[in-house]
Amino acid sequence: MIHMSDSIQPAVLARLRDFSKTYQSGEVEVKAVRGINLDIKKGDFVAIMGTSGSGKSTLMNMLGCLDKPTSGEYLLDGVNVAALSRRQLAGLRNKKLGFVFQSFNLLARTSALENVELPLLYNDTLITGRERNRRARQALEKVGLADREHHHPSQLSGGQQQRVAIARSLINRPEILLADEPTGNLDTRTSIDIMGLFQELNDSGITIVMVTHELDIAAYCKRIVIMRDGKIISDTPNVTRRVAADERAALDRAEQQADLT
Amino acid sequence: MNLLVSLAIILNRSWQTAFIALRALRRNKLRSGLTALGIIIGVGSVVAMVAVGNGAQARIEGQVAALGQNLLMIFAGSSRSGGVNAGLGSASAITLADADAIRREVTDVVAVSPEVSTAGQAIANGRNWSTSIVGESSDYLLIRDWQLTAGSMFTERDVRSAAKVAVIGSKTAVQLFGPLDPIGQTVRIKNIPFVITGLLKSKGAGMGGQNQDDRLIIPYTTAMKRITGDKYVRSVNVQVVSTARMEAAQQQIISLLRQRHRLAADQDNDFNIFNQKEIADTANSITTVITLLLGAIAGISLLVGGIGIMNIMLVSVTERTREIGIRIAVGAQSSAIKLQFLIEAVTLSVLGGLIGVLIGVGIAKLVGALADFTPVVSSGSIMLALTVSCSIGIFFGLYPAHKASILDPIDALRYE
Repeated sequence: MIHMSDSIQPAVLARLRDFSKTYQSGEVEVKAVRGINLDIKKGDFVAIMGTSGSGKSTLMNMLGCLDKPTSGEYLLDGVNVAALSRRQLAGLRNKKLGFVFQSFNLLARTSALENVELPLLYNDTLITGRERNRRARQALEKVGLADREHHHPSQLSGGQQQRVAIARSLINRPEILLADEPTGNLDTRTSIDIMGLFQELNDSGITIVMVTHELDIAAYCKRIVIMRDGKIISDTPNVTRRVAADERAALDRAEQQADLT
Repeated sequence: MNLLVSLAIILNRSWQTAFIALRALRRNKLRSGLTALGIIIGVGSVVAMVAVGNGAQARIEGQVAALGQNLLMIFAGSSRSGGVNAGLGSASAITLADADAIRREVTDVVAVSPEVSTAGQAIANGRNWSTSIVGESSDYLLIRDWQLTAGSMFTERDVRSAAKVAVIGSKTAVQLFGPLDPIGQTVRIKNIPFVITGLLKSKGAGMGGQNQDDRLIIPYTTAMKRITGDKYVRSVNVQVVSTARMEAAQQQIISLLRQRHRLAADQDNDFNIFNQKEIADTANSITTVITLLLGAIAGISLLVGGIGIMNIMLVSVTERTREIGIRIAVGAQSSAIKLQFLIEAVTLSVLGGLIGVLIGVGIAKLVGALADFTPVVSSGSIMLALTVSCSIGIFFGLYPAHKASILDPIDALRYE
């Protein structure tokens, strides 16, 4: 565990100390997360891996302030999350956190643009409709979907839907982007595209924490944390990092050659 | 300044939320329509009922006013024998002497008209027509505030001499004479010729629904001597000098008649005395009861409509669990979620209320076209209906909205 340190470094964005979560499932106590210590620095790109039941999703929900730990401490950008009210947590999710889900979780029968605008509706500053539109268009442009703004989710491919979801997560310029199996429902090629987008975003300074059970997807990240039975069993920098842009270019070349022959 | 900004934010967000709610309703047009139906029917019936009630009341008030001014009516009493009430006018206890005594002895009495009536065949102009023959004094038209369109009323001298003269109701005149002028014509009742001196102005249906325009009015003396042969009068119409003196005059008449009829202290009156105000009050209390009854039905409809809204809102919350989860995940406050569903419920009920008002006004117009009175649509009832429907939306929308706002985001996001 290389990031354990008691002195608070300014670069640490999220700090977990003795972080635990116990569920009461009927009469059985399920210890989903047991005493985790984890620091996530600004600009990090962390993959959290593990089999199902390893506690990675529970950890993710708590990182996203959708769930509260049974015990332990969570400092997000220097703020003790446990002390916050429901209302303050909602504000935190709105401004500091961005979510990307395996099943995209877009509002059906609602245009891509309006889906991206959604977090702005719950912002506590005054944003005019025009400003919302402008920022949503900008976010869609960033994920390469400028020409799809009026399409509904059902008219978009899986990869495009996930891009809309990513644009939505970015619209309030969050500190951390939390992605739960973002490529779980996508084919290999689209997965590479999405990981390429994540790498781009990360290069531009956005911190990303991603849950995945696929090693080749985790290989795009900077750091790989492996969990088992609610504990972190390994936390290492990823030295053999894959670069999506290069792979994509190679894939395109191969396809072109296949077309030529 | 800070306050202004927060106000602007709240307004902006409410508008956005209302927009979302409206769109959700538009997506389920049929369902929204059916849900609002309860409110539509409730509000529609409230508006229609109040309009019809007001119209009926106005009409009854008009009829009571048409009775005349400051009118007391004394009927020969209900003779109660062994608990059997034989009905008004059955005891034949009031005599002309009684009527004279009232005229002479009761202060504040302006005019008196003893009344006898019978049905009879009137023959004139080669036609015959069954009509009601009413004997009255020469003051009768004054008491009843009734005008003539042509000719004149018979005089007091005609009454004293039991002259064979008559004034004719507008309908009877048409039946007997068609377009001809009836004044000066002769009409035969029981083979006795009467000269028509006046034509009554049309008055429409009376309190009991009888047509007041189908009658011949002749001097009561003539009626008693030549037509009915009665010694008693059916009733006595009395006009009092002012509304304020009605009660006193009524008391005087009661004691006078009790004295004249030699009634012991423990005996019931053998006559009945009505004053115009009591008649109006009775009529009003009847319409009030009917209005309350219909109001209760409308209220039940609104209640059922409200429960319908609550039901559909609960279904809607369940259906959209995932949507709620998404909204919470991107940072929606529970208050914003609550507001969204509350606005949806209120929109349903208020739209229902508006449509209900339109339908209610339509029904009132239809009733006005079919019935012989005009329903009065009051802006008060419309405001009330809209306020009530809005309150119903809030009341019945609160629970589903609350349910939506406390959903656990993780469960909500996993909901299939």
